[in-house]
Amino acid sequence: MTITPYDPSVFLAIVPEISILVVLSLVLLFDAVWQDEQRRNLGWLTFAGLLVTLGLSLTVARPSAEGALIFGGMLRHDNLAYVLRILFLFGAAVTALLGMDTPNLGRRGEFYLLMLASTFGMLLMASAADLIMLFLAIETTTIPLYILAGFFYRDDKSTESGFKYLLFGAMTSAISLYGFTLLFGFSGQTNLYGIASGLASGQVPVFSVLVAMLLILIGFGFKISVAPMQFWAPDVYEGAPTPVAGFLSTASKAAGFVVLMRFFVVVFPGIEQYWTLVIAVVAALTMTIGNFIALAQKNIKRLLAYSSIAHAGYALVGVVAVSELGINSVVFYLGAYLLTNLAAFGVAATFYRVVGSDEIAAYAGLSRRKPGLALVMLVAFLSLAGMPPFAGFIAKIVVFAAAVEAGFVWLVVIGVLNSIVGLYYYLRVLNVVYHYRSEDEEKPLEITPPYALALVLLVAGIIVVGTLFAPFFGLGNLAALALF
Amino acid sequence: MQFPILSVIVFTPLLSALIILLIPGERKTEVRVTALAAALLAFLLSLWMYFNYDTAAAGYQYIEKYTWLPALGISYHVGVDGISAPLVLLTGLVMFTGVLISWGIDDRPREFFAFLFILATGVFGVFVALDLFMLFFFYEIAVFPMYLLIAIWGWKQTREYAAMKLTLYLFIGSVVSMVGALVMYFAAGMNTFDMLELEKAGFSTGFQQFWFPFVFLGFAVLGGIFPFHNWSPDGHVAAPTAVSMFHAGVLMKLGAFAALRVGIMLLPEGAKAHMWWIILLALVNVVYGAFIASVQTDFKYVIGFSSVSHMGLVMMGFATLSREGLIGAGVQMFSHGAMTALFFAVVGMVYDQAHTRDIPRLGGISRVMPYATIAFIIGGLVSMGMPGFSGFVAEFPIFMGVWKTYPWIAVVAVVSIVVTASYIMRIIRKVFFGQVPDEHDGHLSDNTRLDKLALVVLSLVLLILGIYPSVMVPMVETGVENILRLLGGA
Repeated sequence: MTITPYDPSVFLAIVPEISILVVLSLVLLFDAVWQDEQRRNLGWLTFAGLLVTLGLSLTVARPSAEGALIFGGMLRHDNLAYVLRILFLFGAAVTALLGMDTPNLGRRGEFYLLMLASTFGMLLMASAADLIMLFLAIETTTIPLYILAGFFYRDDKSTESGFKYLLFGAMTSAISLYGFTLLFGFSGQTNLYGIASGLASGQVPVFSVLVAMLLILIGFGFKISVAPMQFWAPDVYEGAPTPVAGFLSTASKAAGFVVLMRFFVVVFPGIEQYWTLVIAVVAALTMTIGNFIALAQKNIKRLLAYSSIAHAGYALVGVVAVSELGINSVVFYLGAYLLTNLAAFGVAATFYRVVGSDEIAAYAGLSRRKPGLALVMLVAFLSLAGMPPFAGFIAKIVVFAAAVEAGFVWLVVIGVLNSIVGLYYYLRVLNVVYHYRSEDEEKPLEITPPYALALVLLVAGIIVVGTLFAPFFGLGNLAALALF
Repeated sequence: MQFPILSVIVFTPLLSALIILLIPGERKTEVRVTALAAALLAFLLSLWMYFNYDTAAAGYQYIEKYTWLPALGISYHVGVDGISAPLVLLTGLVMFTGVLISWGIDDRPREFFAFLFILATGVFGVFVALDLFMLFFFYEIAVFPMYLLIAIWGWKQTREYAAMKLTLYLFIGSVVSMVGALVMYFAAGMNTFDMLELEKAGFSTGFQQFWFPFVFLGFAVLGGIFPFHNWSPDGHVAAPTAVSMFHAGVLMKLGAFAALRVGIMLLPEGAKAHMWWIILLALVNVVYGAFIASVQTDFKYVIGFSSVSHMGLVMMGFATLSREGLIGAGVQMFSHGAMTALFFAVVGMVYDQAHTRDIPRLGGISRVMPYATIAFIIGGLVSMGMPGFSGFVAEFPIFMGVWKTYPWIAVVAVVSIVVTASYIMRIIRKVFFGQVPDEHDGHLSDNTRLDKLALVVLSLVLLILGIYPSVMVPMVETGVENILRLLGGA
């Protein structure tokens, strides 16, 4: 892979990043200018700004089919980054909507600012092709998220959440940084493609590469919350403001996956038979731990946290295949999961704003109280459970198909058994929503316009992706081809 | 281009479910009328489809094919043959009568009918699917509404337990089959999920023998095969009447049908190797189910276990892999579907009036509910396999087929007919003609007109098929010819 020499046109590739910085400055400006009651509009501003950015990345910043290494090899402008950008920008836009009417969050300019900064980092994570760039991008993404998780500084749980996230994050980041330095030491290069050719020379003992690989996997594993680095997720999601938890569990996780895929496929082809096995074991553990602990949860956010751990496990099943279909399926899975999980957290956010509780028991009677919201929940949870005609079904099938193709039938068997456990706890929540009675059934449950818009967008997305999957699968295929 | 009748049948319930969801929840009459109109439309369309099926031409008809996900060779491919056309008709029939009987549901009828219709779309979709992926897609659509239908509108005492048990059983079965299906897809290496193509894949004998049990049993769980039948009586009993009808009448056929279509037709060598123990399991279903049914005191459990017993006959017919057995099984799927829907409808009506299903506490129903009594007797005669009723048309060939392959199994299985006769007679005597217990005296009243209409329609279907079997048997035979061809003329 040769580095494309400098040419002013390379700036086109980072138009989305520039656009985000512009939106970010606007938020900063209007935050200072607007009065308190007007500040809610920062949400609309962020939403619109992110949609414009999305439009720009779909048009101006389209990469060529074979991709290019630009800015001295710092970034790789290819279709993998292109497709993932769509996910990040869409996820951030919806999160802005969900945050708008959340008490103590929606009228604070800092919320939008930090979220945009984090999104900026994610865009760079998707295209980073150099250890230094990669590390900077990961930190740019994560540091704002630490603050966002602890945003309610008067709330003990939120503070705990932010602090826990920070400690775990800093620790694992340091460990993977150590892995980076080893790779630099082995190959004398910081560019991923350069390292790959350095390692391919065969002069580095396999064992040393394995050590570096494991160290790096710890850092990435934290980002995507897989076993045994999953401990932080439930506490952090529970304490963090609900829209932030949604963002953490979807966009941030997708960003972790894209780095993981790019890094492992590009840098470690030589030890593929080892790392696929390691990841297969991690995937099996993650699914099982996530699903079984989710069984016992009574708080909706903790339940979703464990379910999101389990989903990271399912997505890893596709990574294990290391094939075109495998990467394709993971990208597709991430998209389907982003829509679905944001919808689930969106319902939780909408509900919390009025009722002030995240307990599953509090959802009793919801279908009588607000049938529309109950229906959104039905769609989101069934999609999480992998039921047609929703996005989760086809996503799960393609991931499993990729693993079967690669010969990991045992992993698929573990996966499908896990999906049965998953079905059980998702249905239990729906049972509470649809079947249980409560005294609050007659009370109103207001859904403000931003929530309504976000939920309608997400539900429409879940159903469209789940029934007309071909175009979205095609996008995933574009992304996958960029790696092979 | 010909009129896409099958797609219209499949999506009529789904679209009407969406329309129903848009009606405000408190306007219950509008909801019911919309539901009835949609169900009637689906029923008439399936009747039209059935009677326009060209038996002389045989094979798959009304075919529609559109690419769905070309990268993986998934297509939207529908068509019916002699086996599936009667099942589509059955679904239309049960859907129509089910809506008639559910008129009285007063707790959120909007959600009830919407879920019921989503379920119906799933069922129709499976029966017409010619693409393996599509089959799973609709199969699972049929599973989840069941959970909510039972958990919300079911019998208070067991609904949560039974709904979850049923859903998990069915889901386990379907995912196990799905793994098998994925393996088949990659082993064929043809980049297609089209079942007509996969039939020609020529899987090796070892492959077929290894994967057949997973695929077949995964689906057969829904067909209620022993020892995985346990969900079925609990589920039937806990479900509200229309859902029991759907469930025993149509959903169990879904399992049997998919086991046939995917298990036997795509893995014929596997079927030949494993059939000896499948037929034993089916024998347990038939005999054990009948005995358990005969000792139940709960009216609905009797019917629930009789379903297990009768579905065993379907499986047994399959397992003979012979012309007679398969024809019998094909007709039995239809006949049992209509019969058991009729049974559950009557049970529901009796329960609604008497508020108990305990057989010792019931009696003299015939005096207030003549229609229900006659309908139950017709159903009972079908269930015993009396000549002149559809049960005979179905069961006689099955026993012939079994006799030809495993004579001693046929001898044992025939015992079930006697047992069935005993429990049906007992119920008719006690529940319908016995003494009216004091607690019910004067409290009972007759069914509504809509209930009667449903009973008349179902009874007529059973009678017509019994008196004039040619209305269905030649059609099923064409489907069976195709299966025998895949089995290599076995």
